[in-house]
Amino acid sequence: MPGDYAIETIDLWRVYKDREREVIALRDVNIKVKKGELFGVLGPNGAGKTTLIRILTTLLLPTRGEAYVYGYNVNGEEHKIRPIINLVSGGEFGGYGLLRVEENLWMFSQFYGIPTKEAKRRIRELAEKINFEDKLRAFVRDLSLGERQKMNIIRGFLSDPLVIFLDEPTLGLDVPTARIIRNFIKSWLRENPDRTVLLTTHYMLEAEELCDRIAIIDRGKIVAVGTVDDLRRLAGNYISATIEFYGTKPPEGIPGIKGANLREISPGHFRGKIVGMDESDIIEYVEAIIKAGGKLRFFRLQKPSLEDVFISLVGRGIEE
Amino acid sequence: MKKEVFWRVVVARAYPRVMSIVRAARWTIGGTIVSLFYMAALVLIYKSINAPPEYYSFAILGSSLLSYWDNVVWNMGMQLYWDKEDGLLELYMIAPMNRMALLTGMALGGMTMTSVRAIMIFIVGVLLFKAPVVVQNPFHLTFAFFLALVALYGVGMAFASLFLMWGRQVWAVADILMEPVYTISGSYFPVKSLGHSLAFVASIIPLTFGLDAVRQAMFGSAWGLLPLPYEELFLAVYGVFYILLARYALRKMEYLAKVEGKLTLRWQ
Repeated sequence: MPGDYAIETIDLWRVYKDREREVIALRDVNIKVKKGELFGVLGPNGAGKTTLIRILTTLLLPTRGEAYVYGYNVNGEEHKIRPIINLVSGGEFGGYGLLRVEENLWMFSQFYGIPTKEAKRRIRELAEKINFEDKLRAFVRDLSLGERQKMNIIRGFLSDPLVIFLDEPTLGLDVPTARIIRNFIKSWLRENPDRTVLLTTHYMLEAEELCDRIAIIDRGKIVAVGTVDDLRRLAGNYISATIEFYGTKPPEGIPGIKGANLREISPGHFRGKIVGMDESDIIEYVEAIIKAGGKLRFFRLQKPSLEDVFISLVGRGIEE
Repeated sequence: MKKEVFWRVVVARAYPRVMSIVRAARWTIGGTIVSLFYMAALVLIYKSINAPPEYYSFAILGSSLLSYWDNVVWNMGMQLYWDKEDGLLELYMIAPMNRMALLTGMALGGMTMTSVRAIMIFIVGVLLFKAPVVVQNPFHLTFAFFLALVALYGVGMAFASLFLMWGRQVWAVADILMEPVYTISGSYFPVKSLGHSLAFVASIIPLTFGLDAVRQAMFGSAWGLLPLPYEELFLAVYGVFYILLARYALRKMEYLAKVEGKLTLRWQ
Protein backbone atom coordinates (compact mmCIF):
# COMPACT_ATOMS: atom_id res chain seq x y z
CA MET A 1 0.00 0.00 0.00
CA PRO A 2 1.40 3.43 -0.89
CA GLY A 3 2.58 5.11 2.31
CA ASP A 4 4.29 2.04 3.71
CA TYR A 5 7.29 2.91 1.59
CA ALA A 6 9.28 6.12 1.23
CA ILE A 7 9.16 5.68 -2.54
CA GLU A 8 7.04 3.37 -4.64
CA THR A 9 6.55 3.15 -8.38
CA ILE A 10 3.97 0.94 -10.02
CA ASP A 11 4.28 0.00 -13.72
CA LEU A 12 5.88 3.36 -14.41
CA TRP A 13 6.44 4.48 -18.00
CA ARG A 14 7.79 7.70 -19.38
CA VAL A 15 7.85 8.41 -23.08
CA TYR A 16 9.27 11.59 -24.59
CA LYS A 17 7.69 12.57 -27.88
CA ASP A 18 8.50 15.20 -30.41
CA ARG A 19 7.57 15.63 -34.05
CA GLU A 20 10.21 13.26 -35.35
CA ARG A 21 10.63 10.55 -32.76
CA GLU A 22 9.48 8.85 -29.63
CA VAL A 23 11.95 7.92 -26.90
CA ILE A 24 11.01 5.48 -24.16
CA ALA A 25 12.93 6.71 -21.13
CA LEU A 26 11.32 4.40 -18.57
CA ARG A 27 9.46 1.17 -19.19
CA ASP A 28 7.43 -0.66 -16.60
CA VAL A 29 9.51 0.43 -13.62
CA ASN A 30 8.50 -1.07 -10.28
CA ILE A 31 10.53 -0.18 -7.21
CA LYS A 32 9.79 -0.05 -3.51
CA VAL A 33 12.17 1.91 -1.29
CA LYS A 34 11.80 1.44 2.45
CA LYS A 35 11.91 4.37 4.87
CA GLY A 36 15.45 4.81 6.17
CA GLU A 37 17.02 3.07 3.21
CA LEU A 38 19.82 4.27 0.96
CA PHE A 39 18.65 2.99 -2.38
CA GLY A 40 20.88 3.15 -5.42
CA VAL A 41 19.92 3.26 -9.06
CA LEU A 42 22.85 2.12 -11.12
CA GLY A 43 22.96 2.42 -14.86
CA PRO A 44 24.87 3.86 -17.81
CA ASN A 45 24.26 7.37 -19.17
CA GLY A 46 20.85 7.57 -20.82
CA ALA A 47 19.49 4.55 -18.92
CA GLY A 48 16.60 6.57 -17.41
CA LYS A 49 18.02 7.39 -13.97
CA THR A 50 17.47 11.15 -14.22
CA THR A 51 13.98 10.70 -15.70
CA LEU A 52 13.06 8.53 -12.71
CA ILE A 53 14.33 11.22 -10.33
CA ARG A 54 12.47 13.96 -12.22
CA ILE A 55 9.22 12.06 -11.84
CA LEU A 56 9.78 11.39 -8.15
CA THR A 57 10.71 15.05 -7.49
CA THR A 58 7.47 16.22 -9.18
CA LEU A 59 9.24 17.84 -12.12
CA LEU A 60 7.78 15.41 -14.64
CA LEU A 61 4.59 13.38 -14.91
CA PRO A 62 4.59 9.69 -15.78
CA THR A 63 3.20 8.77 -19.19
CA ARG A 64 1.66 5.65 -17.60
CA GLY A 65 1.70 4.08 -14.17
CA GLU A 66 1.99 5.62 -10.73
CA ALA A 67 4.68 6.98 -8.46
CA TYR A 68 4.41 7.77 -4.77
CA VAL A 69 6.66 9.55 -2.31
CA TYR A 70 5.71 8.90 1.32
CA GLY A 71 2.36 7.74 0.03
CA TYR A 72 1.66 10.93 -1.91
CA ASN A 73 0.99 10.62 -5.63
CA VAL A 74 3.37 12.66 -7.81
CA ASN A 75 0.37 13.32 -10.02
CA GLY A 76 -1.88 15.60 -8.00
CA GLU A 77 -0.24 15.71 -4.57
CA GLU A 78 2.92 17.61 -5.47
CA HIS A 79 2.20 20.19 -2.76
CA LYS A 80 2.49 17.46 -0.12
CA ILE A 81 5.67 15.97 -1.59
CA ARG A 82 7.69 19.15 -2.12
CA PRO A 83 8.06 20.15 1.55
CA ILE A 84 9.53 16.74 2.44
CA ILE A 85 12.01 16.23 -0.41
CA ASN A 86 15.09 17.85 -1.88
CA LEU A 87 17.34 17.24 -4.84
CA VAL A 88 21.05 17.55 -5.53
CA SER A 89 22.34 16.91 -9.05
CA GLY A 90 25.92 16.49 -10.14
CA GLY A 91 27.33 19.34 -12.18
CA GLU A 92 24.64 21.87 -11.25
CA PHE A 93 25.67 25.52 -10.95
CA GLY A 94 23.41 26.00 -7.98
CA GLY A 95 23.31 29.73 -7.45
CA TYR A 96 23.99 33.31 -8.42
CA GLY A 97 27.65 34.17 -8.93
CA LEU A 98 27.49 37.56 -7.26
CA LEU A 99 26.21 36.14 -3.99
CA ARG A 100 28.41 34.79 -1.25
CA VAL A 101 27.97 31.08 -0.55
CA GLU A 102 26.17 31.70 2.76
CA GLU A 103 23.85 34.24 1.13
CA ASN A 104 23.03 31.83 -1.68
CA LEU A 105 22.25 29.06 0.80
CA TRP A 106 20.16 31.43 2.89
CA MET A 107 18.17 32.34 -0.25
CA PHE A 108 17.28 28.70 -0.85
CA SER A 109 16.44 28.18 2.83
CA GLN A 110 13.81 30.91 2.52
CA PHE A 111 12.10 28.99 -0.29
CA TYR A 112 11.45 26.31 2.34
CA GLY A 113 10.22 28.84 4.91
CA ILE A 114 13.12 28.28 7.33
CA PRO A 115 13.57 31.24 9.73
CA THR A 116 16.82 33.11 9.04
CA LYS A 117 18.43 32.36 12.42
CA GLU A 118 17.73 28.65 12.12
CA ALA A 119 18.89 28.64 8.48
CA LYS A 120 22.22 30.22 9.44
CA ARG A 121 22.72 27.67 12.22
CA ARG A 122 22.05 24.79 9.83
CA ILE A 123 24.36 26.24 7.17
CA ARG A 124 27.25 26.46 9.68
CA GLU A 125 26.58 22.98 11.02
CA LEU A 126 26.46 21.34 7.60
CA ALA A 127 29.49 23.31 6.39
CA GLU A 128 31.51 22.05 9.35
CA LYS A 129 30.60 18.47 8.52
CA ILE A 130 32.02 18.70 5.01
CA ASN A 131 35.00 20.97 5.82
CA PHE A 132 33.51 23.94 4.03
CA GLU A 133 33.30 26.62 6.74
CA ASP A 134 36.15 28.62 5.22
CA LYS A 135 34.27 29.01 1.94
CA LEU A 136 31.00 30.36 3.29
CA ARG A 137 32.12 33.97 2.69
CA ALA A 138 33.45 33.22 -0.80
CA PHE A 139 31.53 34.34 -3.87
CA VAL A 140 29.70 31.56 -5.72
CA ARG A 141 31.39 32.60 -8.97
CA ASP A 142 34.83 31.91 -7.43
CA LEU A 143 34.12 28.31 -6.40
CA SER A 144 35.74 25.32 -8.07
CA LEU A 145 33.58 22.44 -9.31
CA GLY A 146 34.16 20.44 -6.13
CA GLU A 147 33.47 23.43 -3.88
CA ARG A 148 30.31 24.20 -5.79
CA GLN A 149 29.12 20.64 -5.30
CA LYS A 150 29.79 20.91 -1.57
CA MET A 151 27.61 24.04 -1.57
CA ASN A 152 24.90 22.12 -3.41
CA ILE A 153 25.08 19.30 -0.89
CA ILE A 154 24.51 21.82 1.93
CA ARG A 155 21.61 23.31 -0.05
CA GLY A 156 20.00 19.91 -0.49
CA PHE A 157 20.26 18.88 3.16
CA LEU A 158 19.45 22.35 4.55
CA SER A 159 15.71 21.77 4.42
CA ASP A 160 16.15 18.56 6.48
CA PRO A 161 14.23 16.47 3.94
CA LEU A 162 12.59 13.13 4.70
CA VAL A 163 13.65 11.93 1.27
CA ILE A 164 16.65 13.28 -0.60
CA PHE A 165 17.34 12.55 -4.25
CA LEU A 166 21.00 12.58 -5.22
CA ASP A 167 21.44 12.47 -8.97
CA GLU A 168 25.07 11.54 -9.70
CA PRO A 169 26.23 13.74 -6.78
CA THR A 170 29.93 13.00 -7.25
CA LEU A 171 29.97 13.37 -11.03
CA GLY A 172 33.29 14.76 -12.22
CA LEU A 173 34.64 15.39 -8.71
CA ASP A 174 38.17 14.71 -7.56
CA VAL A 175 38.69 11.67 -5.31
CA PRO A 176 39.01 13.52 -1.94
CA THR A 177 35.90 15.65 -2.52
CA ALA A 178 33.88 12.63 -3.66
CA ARG A 179 35.02 10.79 -0.54
CA ILE A 180 33.97 13.69 1.74
CA ILE A 181 30.54 13.74 0.13
CA ARG A 182 30.11 9.98 0.40
CA ASN A 183 31.16 10.03 4.05
CA PHE A 184 28.76 12.87 4.74
CA ILE A 185 25.85 10.97 3.19
CA LYS A 186 26.64 7.93 5.33
CA SER A 187 26.95 9.94 8.54
CA TRP A 188 23.73 11.87 7.82
CA LEU A 189 21.83 8.62 7.52
CA ARG A 190 23.42 7.29 10.71
CA GLU A 191 22.31 10.41 12.59
CA ASN A 192 18.87 10.40 10.93
CA PRO A 193 17.94 6.74 10.54
CA ASP A 194 14.37 7.54 9.48
CA ARG A 195 15.49 9.51 6.40
CA THR A 196 15.66 8.02 2.94
CA VAL A 197 18.17 8.58 0.15
CA LEU A 198 17.70 7.69 -3.48
CA LEU A 199 21.04 7.89 -5.22
CA THR A 200 21.68 7.50 -8.92
CA THR A 201 25.18 6.80 -10.08
CA HIS A 202 27.18 5.12 -12.75
CA TYR A 203 30.12 4.60 -10.41
CA MET A 204 30.12 0.94 -9.34
CA LEU A 205 32.28 1.49 -6.28
CA GLU A 206 30.06 4.33 -5.06
CA ALA A 207 26.97 2.14 -5.35
CA GLU A 208 28.76 -0.75 -3.64
CA GLU A 209 30.08 1.43 -0.80
CA LEU A 210 26.92 3.40 -0.05
CA CYS A 211 23.77 1.56 -0.97
CA ASP A 212 21.65 -0.78 1.13
CA ARG A 213 20.00 -1.99 -2.06
CA ILE A 214 20.63 -1.31 -5.71
CA ALA A 215 18.41 -1.34 -8.77
CA ILE A 216 20.23 -1.89 -12.04
CA ILE A 217 18.59 0.04 -14.84
CA ASP A 218 19.30 -0.25 -18.55
CA ARG A 219 17.42 1.34 -21.46
CA GLY A 220 14.64 2.43 -19.10
CA LYS A 221 14.06 -1.00 -17.59
CA ILE A 222 14.98 -2.27 -14.14
CA VAL A 223 16.86 -5.50 -14.79
CA ALA A 224 17.64 -6.46 -11.16
CA VAL A 225 17.09 -5.20 -7.61
CA GLY A 226 18.76 -6.32 -4.42
CA THR A 227 21.61 -5.87 -1.97
CA VAL A 228 25.13 -6.06 -3.36
CA ASP A 229 25.31 -9.65 -2.08
CA ASP A 230 21.94 -10.52 -3.68
CA LEU A 231 23.18 -9.16 -6.97
CA ARG A 232 26.46 -11.03 -6.66
CA ARG A 233 24.51 -14.21 -6.07
CA LEU A 234 22.64 -13.54 -9.30
CA ALA A 235 25.97 -13.92 -11.03
CA GLY A 236 27.14 -16.52 -8.54
CA ASN A 237 27.69 -19.31 -11.04
CA TYR A 238 29.40 -17.04 -13.50
CA ILE A 239 33.07 -16.37 -13.76
CA SER A 240 34.78 -13.26 -14.95
CA ALA A 241 38.17 -12.49 -16.40
CA THR A 242 40.25 -9.39 -16.76
CA ILE A 243 41.94 -9.48 -20.12
CA GLU A 244 44.33 -7.37 -22.18
CA PHE A 245 45.34 -8.23 -25.75
CA TYR A 246 46.49 -6.94 -29.15
CA GLY A 247 44.35 -7.92 -32.12
CA THR A 248 40.67 -7.66 -32.99
CA LYS A 249 37.56 -8.01 -30.85
CA PRO A 250 35.96 -11.47 -31.21
CA PRO A 251 32.46 -11.36 -32.70
CA GLU A 252 29.53 -11.10 -30.30
CA GLY A 253 27.34 -14.11 -29.67
CA ILE A 254 29.88 -16.66 -28.46
CA PRO A 255 27.71 -19.16 -26.55
CA GLY A 256 28.23 -19.01 -22.79
CA ILE A 257 29.63 -15.49 -22.80
CA LYS A 258 27.20 -13.29 -20.84
CA GLY A 259 28.85 -10.00 -21.67
CA ALA A 260 32.05 -8.17 -22.39
CA ASN A 261 33.29 -4.72 -21.55
CA LEU A 262 36.37 -4.18 -23.70
CA ARG A 263 37.88 -0.77 -24.37
CA GLU A 264 40.26 -0.08 -27.22
CA ILE A 265 42.91 1.87 -25.35
CA SER A 266 45.01 2.34 -28.50
CA PRO A 267 44.44 1.04 -32.04
CA GLY A 268 44.31 -2.77 -31.86
CA HIS A 269 45.03 -2.79 -28.12
CA PHE A 270 42.08 -3.89 -25.92
CA ARG A 271 41.60 -4.09 -22.19
CA GLY A 272 38.56 -5.00 -20.10
CA LYS A 273 36.39 -7.69 -18.64
CA ILE A 274 34.43 -10.66 -19.89
CA VAL A 275 31.83 -12.62 -17.98
CA GLY A 276 31.06 -16.24 -18.87
CA MET A 277 28.98 -19.17 -17.64
CA ASP A 278 32.13 -21.12 -16.71
CA GLU A 279 35.87 -21.28 -17.32
CA SER A 280 35.56 -23.16 -20.61
CA ASP A 281 33.48 -20.31 -22.10
CA ILE A 282 36.14 -17.79 -21.14
CA ILE A 283 38.86 -20.01 -22.64
CA GLU A 284 36.84 -20.35 -25.84
CA TYR A 285 36.66 -16.55 -26.00
CA VAL A 286 40.42 -16.22 -25.54
CA GLU A 287 41.05 -18.88 -28.18
CA ALA A 288 38.90 -16.93 -30.61
CA ILE A 289 41.15 -13.91 -30.05
CA ILE A 290 44.32 -15.93 -30.63
CA LYS A 291 42.89 -17.73 -33.70
CA ALA A 292 42.17 -14.31 -35.24
CA GLY A 293 45.87 -13.45 -34.88
CA GLY A 294 45.62 -11.69 -31.55
CA LYS A 295 48.30 -11.69 -28.87
CA LEU A 296 47.37 -12.06 -25.20
CA ARG A 297 49.12 -9.63 -22.86
CA PHE A 298 47.31 -10.17 -19.54
CA PHE A 299 44.71 -12.63 -18.30
CA ARG A 300 43.23 -13.27 -14.85
CA LEU A 301 40.17 -15.24 -13.75
CA GLN A 302 38.22 -13.94 -10.72
CA LYS A 303 34.98 -14.10 -8.70
CA PRO A 304 32.27 -11.75 -10.02
CA SER A 305 32.22 -8.16 -8.74
CA LEU A 306 29.29 -5.73 -9.00
CA GLU A 307 30.71 -4.62 -12.32
CA ASP A 308 30.64 -8.25 -13.52
CA VAL A 309 27.05 -8.56 -12.34
CA PHE A 310 26.22 -5.49 -14.40
CA ILE A 311 27.97 -6.88 -17.48
CA SER A 312 26.25 -10.25 -17.11
CA LEU A 313 22.81 -8.65 -16.73
CA VAL A 314 23.14 -5.94 -19.36
CA GLY A 315 25.59 -7.57 -21.74
CA ARG A 316 28.01 -4.63 -21.76
CA GLY A 317 29.91 -2.32 -19.45
CA ILE A 318 28.44 0.70 -17.69
CA GLU A 319 30.73 3.16 -19.45
CA GLU A 320 29.76 2.03 -22.97
CA MET B 1 0.93 29.25 1.70
CA LYS B 2 1.31 31.39 4.77
CA LYS B 3 1.78 35.12 4.18
CA GLU B 4 5.01 35.08 6.18
CA VAL B 5 6.54 32.41 3.95
CA PHE B 6 5.34 34.23 0.83
CA TRP B 7 7.23 37.35 1.87
CA ARG B 8 10.30 35.32 2.88
CA VAL B 9 10.46 34.06 -0.70
CA VAL B 10 9.90 37.57 -2.09
CA VAL B 11 12.73 39.03 -0.01
CA ALA B 12 15.06 36.11 -0.75
CA ARG B 13 14.55 36.30 -4.51
CA ALA B 14 14.84 40.10 -4.54
CA TYR B 15 18.11 39.87 -2.60
CA PRO B 16 20.51 38.97 -5.48
CA ARG B 17 19.15 41.84 -7.57
CA VAL B 18 19.46 44.34 -4.75
CA MET B 19 22.99 43.15 -4.04
CA SER B 20 23.88 43.58 -7.70
CA ILE B 21 23.53 47.37 -7.26
CA VAL B 22 26.80 47.33 -5.34
CA ARG B 23 28.43 44.12 -6.54
CA ALA B 24 27.75 44.67 -10.24
CA ALA B 25 28.02 48.48 -10.06
CA ARG B 26 29.93 48.68 -13.33
CA TRP B 27 26.88 47.30 -15.16
CA THR B 28 24.68 49.99 -13.60
CA ILE B 29 27.20 52.70 -14.42
CA GLY B 30 27.78 51.34 -17.94
CA GLY B 31 24.03 51.22 -18.64
CA THR B 32 23.63 54.75 -17.31
CA ILE B 33 26.39 56.10 -19.55
CA VAL B 34 24.89 54.48 -22.66
CA SER B 35 21.47 55.99 -21.82
CA LEU B 36 23.08 59.38 -21.23
CA PHE B 37 24.66 59.36 -24.70
CA TYR B 38 21.32 58.51 -26.29
CA MET B 39 19.54 61.15 -24.26
CA ALA B 40 22.20 63.78 -25.04
CA ALA B 41 21.74 63.19 -28.76
CA LEU B 42 17.99 63.80 -28.46
CA VAL B 43 18.37 66.91 -26.29
CA LEU B 44 20.89 68.34 -28.75
CA ILE B 45 18.48 67.68 -31.64
CA TYR B 46 15.70 69.43 -29.71
CA LYS B 47 18.03 72.35 -29.02
CA SER B 48 19.08 72.61 -32.66
CA ILE B 49 15.46 72.85 -33.81
CA ASN B 50 14.60 75.31 -31.02
CA ALA B 51 12.04 72.99 -29.40
CA PRO B 52 10.49 74.24 -26.13
CA PRO B 53 12.74 73.50 -23.10
CA GLU B 54 10.11 71.08 -21.77
CA TYR B 55 11.18 68.73 -24.58
CA TYR B 56 14.65 68.42 -23.00
CA SER B 57 12.89 67.26 -19.86
CA PHE B 58 10.76 64.82 -21.87
CA ALA B 59 13.90 63.22 -23.32
CA ILE B 60 15.48 62.99 -19.85
CA LEU B 61 12.30 61.62 -18.27
CA GLY B 62 11.86 59.15 -21.14
CA SER B 63 15.44 57.88 -20.86
CA SER B 64 15.02 57.51 -17.15
CA LEU B 65 11.76 55.55 -17.36
CA LEU B 66 12.97 53.43 -20.28
CA SER B 67 15.47 51.87 -17.87
CA TYR B 68 12.52 50.11 -16.30
CA TRP B 69 11.33 48.84 -19.68
CA ASP B 70 14.81 47.50 -20.49
CA ASN B 71 14.85 45.79 -17.11
CA VAL B 72 11.39 44.32 -17.67
CA VAL B 73 12.28 42.85 -21.06
CA TRP B 74 15.83 41.65 -20.44
CA ASN B 75 16.08 40.97 -16.72
CA MET B 76 12.53 39.90 -15.98
CA GLY B 77 11.62 38.35 -19.31
CA MET B 78 14.80 36.37 -19.77
CA GLN B 79 15.40 35.47 -16.11
CA LEU B 80 13.64 32.10 -16.00
CA TYR B 81 15.36 31.20 -19.26
CA TRP B 82 18.76 31.93 -17.68
CA ASP B 83 17.71 30.10 -14.54
CA LYS B 84 16.86 27.08 -16.67
CA GLU B 85 20.24 27.21 -18.38
CA ASP B 86 21.98 27.32 -14.99
CA GLY B 87 19.89 24.44 -13.64
CA LEU B 88 18.23 26.70 -11.06
CA LEU B 89 14.72 26.54 -12.47
CA GLU B 90 14.24 22.91 -11.45
CA LEU B 91 15.34 23.79 -7.92
CA TYR B 92 12.72 26.54 -7.87
CA MET B 93 10.08 24.17 -9.21
CA ILE B 94 10.60 21.52 -6.53
CA ALA B 95 10.63 24.04 -3.67
CA PRO B 96 7.35 24.21 -1.72
CA MET B 97 6.85 27.89 -2.47
CA ASN B 98 4.29 30.01 -4.24
CA ARG B 99 5.67 30.64 -7.73
CA MET B 100 4.12 34.12 -7.77
CA ALA B 101 6.23 34.97 -4.72
CA LEU B 102 9.28 34.13 -6.79
CA LEU B 103 8.17 36.43 -9.61
CA THR B 104 7.22 39.17 -7.16
CA GLY B 105 10.69 38.96 -5.66
CA MET B 106 12.27 39.19 -9.09
CA ALA B 107 10.08 42.24 -9.84
CA LEU B 108 10.75 44.08 -6.58
CA GLY B 109 14.47 43.38 -6.83
CA GLY B 110 14.45 44.58 -10.45
CA MET B 111 12.58 47.78 -9.53
CA THR B 112 15.04 48.59 -6.77
CA MET B 113 18.04 47.86 -8.96
CA THR B 114 16.68 49.89 -11.87
CA SER B 115 15.59 52.83 -9.73
CA VAL B 116 19.25 53.52 -8.99
CA ARG B 117 19.98 53.73 -12.71
CA ALA B 118 16.81 55.75 -13.45
CA ILE B 119 17.56 58.29 -10.71
CA MET B 120 21.17 58.65 -11.89
CA ILE B 121 20.04 59.27 -15.47
CA PHE B 122 17.46 61.82 -14.34
CA ILE B 123 19.77 63.80 -12.04
CA VAL B 124 22.72 63.84 -14.46
CA GLY B 125 20.42 64.76 -17.38
CA VAL B 126 18.74 67.63 -15.54
CA LEU B 127 22.05 69.03 -14.27
CA LEU B 128 23.85 68.59 -17.57
CA PHE B 129 21.22 70.18 -19.80
CA LYS B 130 19.65 72.54 -17.25
CA ALA B 131 16.27 71.08 -18.13
CA PRO B 132 13.23 72.54 -16.39
CA VAL B 133 11.72 70.27 -13.76
CA VAL B 134 8.33 71.10 -12.36
CA VAL B 135 5.92 68.90 -10.51
CA GLN B 136 2.43 70.24 -10.96
CA ASN B 137 0.72 67.41 -9.14
CA PRO B 138 2.92 65.49 -6.67
CA PHE B 139 0.12 63.12 -5.63
CA HIS B 140 -0.67 62.08 -9.19
CA LEU B 141 3.03 61.86 -10.00
CA THR B 142 3.56 59.34 -7.19
CA PHE B 143 0.34 57.47 -7.89
CA ALA B 144 0.85 57.27 -11.67
CA PHE B 145 4.49 56.24 -11.23
CA PHE B 146 3.48 53.49 -8.81
CA LEU B 147 0.73 52.21 -11.16
CA ALA B 148 3.12 52.35 -14.12
CA LEU B 149 5.69 50.23 -12.27
CA VAL B 150 3.06 47.67 -11.23
CA ALA B 151 1.79 47.41 -14.83
CA LEU B 152 5.30 47.27 -16.31
CA TYR B 153 6.54 44.61 -13.93
CA GLY B 154 3.27 42.72 -14.45
CA VAL B 155 4.31 42.57 -18.11
CA GLY B 156 7.77 41.39 -17.00
CA MET B 157 6.30 38.65 -14.81
CA ALA B 158 4.20 37.43 -17.74
CA PHE B 159 7.16 37.67 -20.13
CA ALA B 160 9.26 35.49 -17.82
CA SER B 161 7.12 32.40 -18.44
CA LEU B 162 6.15 33.28 -22.02
CA PHE B 163 9.78 33.82 -23.07
CA LEU B 164 10.63 30.47 -21.49
CA MET B 165 7.85 28.71 -23.42
CA TRP B 166 8.70 30.35 -26.75
CA GLY B 167 12.43 29.83 -26.41
CA ARG B 168 15.39 31.72 -27.77
CA GLN B 169 13.67 33.04 -30.92
CA VAL B 170 11.56 35.39 -28.81
CA TRP B 171 14.79 36.99 -27.67
CA ALA B 172 15.57 38.08 -31.22
CA VAL B 173 12.01 39.36 -31.69
CA ALA B 174 12.20 41.36 -28.47
CA ASP B 175 15.51 42.81 -29.59
CA ILE B 176 14.09 43.88 -32.95
CA LEU B 177 11.05 45.48 -31.29
CA MET B 178 13.01 47.54 -28.76
CA GLU B 179 13.54 50.62 -30.94
CA PRO B 180 9.98 50.71 -32.36
CA VAL B 181 8.66 50.45 -28.80
CA TYR B 182 10.87 53.34 -27.71
CA THR B 183 9.40 55.41 -30.54
CA ILE B 184 5.73 54.60 -30.46
CA SER B 185 5.46 54.65 -26.68
CA GLY B 186 6.32 58.35 -26.83
CA SER B 187 9.38 57.94 -24.70
CA TYR B 188 11.05 61.14 -25.89
CA PHE B 189 8.06 63.28 -26.88
CA PRO B 190 4.34 63.54 -26.02
CA VAL B 191 2.70 60.46 -27.50
CA LYS B 192 -0.27 62.42 -28.81
CA SER B 193 2.10 63.89 -31.43
CA LEU B 194 1.80 60.52 -33.19
CA GLY B 195 -1.92 61.06 -33.75
CA HIS B 196 -4.65 59.47 -31.68
CA SER B 197 -4.97 56.23 -33.70
CA LEU B 198 -1.30 55.26 -33.48
CA ALA B 199 -1.10 56.48 -29.90
CA PHE B 200 -3.96 54.22 -28.86
CA VAL B 201 -2.38 51.24 -30.62
CA ALA B 202 0.85 52.04 -28.78
CA SER B 203 -0.99 52.13 -25.47
CA ILE B 204 -1.28 48.31 -25.49
CA ILE B 205 2.12 48.58 -23.82
CA PRO B 206 1.67 50.03 -20.32
CA LEU B 207 4.85 52.00 -20.90
CA THR B 208 2.91 54.42 -23.14
CA PHE B 209 0.29 55.43 -20.57
CA GLY B 210 2.90 55.24 -17.82
CA LEU B 211 5.14 57.77 -19.50
CA ASP B 212 2.24 59.96 -20.54
CA ALA B 213 0.73 59.97 -17.06
CA VAL B 214 4.02 60.85 -15.37
CA ARG B 215 4.63 63.57 -17.99
CA GLN B 216 1.18 65.03 -17.33
CA ALA B 217 1.63 64.96 -13.57
CA MET B 218 4.89 66.88 -13.99
CA PHE B 219 4.23 69.28 -16.82
CA GLY B 220 0.46 69.56 -17.02
CA SER B 221 -2.44 68.04 -18.90
CA ALA B 222 -1.76 69.98 -22.11
CA TRP B 223 0.81 67.33 -23.06
CA GLY B 224 -1.42 64.32 -22.31
CA LEU B 225 -3.19 61.84 -24.57
CA LEU B 226 -6.11 61.19 -22.20
CA PRO B 227 -7.11 62.92 -18.94
CA LEU B 228 -4.77 61.79 -16.19
CA PRO B 229 -7.35 59.83 -14.10
CA TYR B 230 -8.30 57.80 -17.19
CA GLU B 231 -4.68 56.92 -17.86
CA GLU B 232 -4.29 55.91 -14.21
CA LEU B 233 -7.37 53.72 -14.52
CA PHE B 234 -5.94 52.06 -17.64
CA LEU B 235 -2.65 51.47 -15.83
CA ALA B 236 -4.45 49.87 -12.89
CA VAL B 237 -6.39 47.59 -15.26
CA TYR B 238 -3.19 46.70 -17.10
CA GLY B 239 -1.50 45.91 -13.80
CA VAL B 240 -4.23 43.46 -12.79
CA PHE B 241 -4.44 41.96 -16.30
CA TYR B 242 -0.72 41.33 -16.69
CA ILE B 243 -0.33 39.90 -13.20
CA LEU B 244 -3.20 37.48 -13.90
CA LEU B 245 -1.60 36.67 -17.27
CA ALA B 246 1.69 36.01 -15.45
CA ARG B 247 -0.08 33.59 -13.11
CA TYR B 248 -1.71 31.80 -16.02
CA ALA B 249 1.54 31.66 -18.04
CA LEU B 250 3.42 30.28 -15.06
CA ARG B 251 0.89 27.48 -14.59
CA LYS B 252 0.93 26.74 -18.30
CA MET B 253 4.72 26.66 -18.27
CA GLU B 254 4.76 24.26 -15.33
CA TYR B 255 2.14 22.07 -17.02
CA LEU B 256 4.17 21.91 -20.24
CA ALA B 257 7.28 21.15 -18.23
CA LYS B 258 5.64 18.24 -16.46
CA VAL B 259 3.66 16.75 -19.31
CA GLU B 260 6.00 17.26 -22.24
CA GLY B 261 9.22 17.12 -20.26
CA LYS B 262 10.31 20.48 -21.59
CA LEU B 263 11.34 23.82 -20.20
CA THR B 264 12.84 22.87 -16.87
CA LEU B 265 15.39 20.62 -18.51
CA ARG B 266 18.63 22.29 -19.53
CA TRP B 267 19.00 20.39 -22.76
CA GLN B 268 15.47 20.99 -24.07
